[in-house]
Amino acid sequence: MATQIQRRISTHESVSVTLLLIVVALSYLVLFLGIPLFAVFVQALSKGWELYWKALQEPDAWSAIKLTLLTAAIAVPANLVFGVAAAWAIAKFEFKGKSLLITLIDLPFAVSPVVSGLVYVLLFGAQGWFGPWLQAHDIKLIFAVPGIVLATIFVTFPFIARELIPLMQAQGKEEEEAAVSLGASGWQTFWRVTLPNIKWGLLYGVILCNARAMGEFGAVSVVSGHIRGMTNTMPLHVEILYNEYNFVAAFAVASLLALLALVTLVVKSLVEWQAKRSGEPLHHGA
Amino acid sequence: MNRSTLTALTLIAALFSGASHAAEIKLLNVSYDPTRELYQDYNAAFAKYWKAKTGDDVIISASHGGSGKQARAIIDGLEADVATLALAADIDALATKSDLVPANWQTRLKHNSSPYTSTIVFLVRKGNPKNIKDWNDLVKPSVAVITPNPKTSGGARWNYLAAWGYALKHNSNDQAKAQEFVSKLYANVPVLDSGARGSTTTFVERGIGDVLLAWENEAFLAVKELGPDKFDIVAPSLSILAEPPVSVVDKNVDKHGTRKVAEAYLEYLYSPEGQEIAANNFYRPTDEKVAKKYAKQFPKLNLITIDEVFGGWTKAQKTHFADGGVFDQIYAKK
Repeated sequence: MATQIQRRISTHESVSVTLLLIVVALSYLVLFLGIPLFAVFVQALSKGWELYWKALQEPDAWSAIKLTLLTAAIAVPANLVFGVAAAWAIAKFEFKGKSLLITLIDLPFAVSPVVSGLVYVLLFGAQGWFGPWLQAHDIKLIFAVPGIVLATIFVTFPFIARELIPLMQAQGKEEEEAAVSLGASGWQTFWRVTLPNIKWGLLYGVILCNARAMGEFGAVSVVSGHIRGMTNTMPLHVEILYNEYNFVAAFAVASLLALLALVTLVVKSLVEWQAKRSGEPLHHGA
Repeated sequence: MNRSTLTALTLIAALFSGASHAAEIKLLNVSYDPTRELYQDYNAAFAKYWKAKTGDDVIISASHGGSGKQARAIIDGLEADVATLALAADIDALATKSDLVPANWQTRLKHNSSPYTSTIVFLVRKGNPKNIKDWNDLVKPSVAVITPNPKTSGGARWNYLAAWGYALKHNSNDQAKAQEFVSKLYANVPVLDSGARGSTTTFVERGIGDVLLAWENEAFLAVKELGPDKFDIVAPSLSILAEPPVSVVDKNVDKHGTRKVAEAYLEYLYSPEGQEIAANNFYRPTDEKVAKKYAKQFPKLNLITIDEVFGGWTKAQKTHFADGGVFDQIYAKK
């Protein structure tokens, strides 16, 4: 670490500037990230562990936790398949409308989550385009679990694709072409050549996608209907508990979400470290 | 098969089938913001009553939010068996914007289908530092008023109409003067939350504003939950009789086969037991006996009604809260 700093000092700025920048960055982090995160845990445990556990075992909280896990368990694999397919197509092939596809993948990043939710209400709500047909066939999408899953997939779908596209583009298609010319089938090329090349970037995308899938509030709030014990995810349940003056329980569930974020960060660092060690790039140009 | 696999399978099954075929009866009550505690108590009581009466288990789920928003969700397909909203206009919307309930829904139960009533009072900080006594104190330039958005919140519409009613009375029924008064009042509102509970949180938790225009039950609850040493309730010289109505959502109960239990659920609200639960949650009971028993709990107020001052909800809704209505004009000016 010290040698790194010294190397940078010799090429860039004086020691005082470096120190100043470090102090500014660190205090910013502590002020805007550290303290609030700490406060969540303090508030959650303000009345002791016993109440904390009780709050998490409460049936509605438990059902919110289960629903959140279920949603992520469907949304992440779905976006994994889509992300790999899209990145593969975009990086390795030339076709018409490619730039349009790239733009479309970015769409969920660009639109507000509220819009993402409302889109589904407009399509599948009782007054929506497909509403009457769905009702006639007794299929419930909106204000039920499928709607929550759909909205989550929509919001999280750029994460994996976006992570892979630059990586795969940078890697080029020479290795695949070599594999094919040696007689490998499409699947063999994918499993033996492409996948090993992208595995760290892919894992990184999955982690980010999962974090967002579990934490999404806006889009899910619009399509949820807020039925306790049925269509409340953890973020929605936190809001409900808070509005019921049930601060310990609200922060207990919030702390669980925060914990999840911390675990995600640790895993993410591990992935980065592993990728560096194995010498495979995580990002384009990294 | 172990338990977690079973849970996962059940969850997946629940995912693909909208309606459940379990033996127990399921009921969904879609309600407005401040009734959370009321229906938590009431649902438990009704489940017990229904079990004793019929032997069936009934599981009641609840959804809460701003009244207008909840009506919107029901219209968009949230399959409520019963709607217990903040005002008649929101259930009217179920009849006019969809065919979920018949137009005459309000005549089906006693007291305009309102088993309990409430009114609008002021919640101020302990000791009432700004000396807020009545509606005319709210238009003073130094007073910050917290009230939710009348477009999405039922309580907010009652707040608005109570202020309007007060202004009419003190300006010999001059509508233009009333509008000026209400405009001034909304100029003092720093945040418009979407529901009553959001406004309460803004006022009590975030510490914004000098006075919260609140449902009486919401004000009592805030005092009870957060300590009588922090807030005082102020009863203005005049307020409005708020009748939060209830209705079975016909199309949904017929689809679910839950009409009988849904109707019983609403009727039981009128029983002495139901009325006691309402009173214990600071709603004014309509049953005379129970009302007498709890008379001390509620301040005596001079209450106007929406029918006599505004000609009913349909008219009030159209004049004041529809797109381009008086509220939009007031708020656009701000």
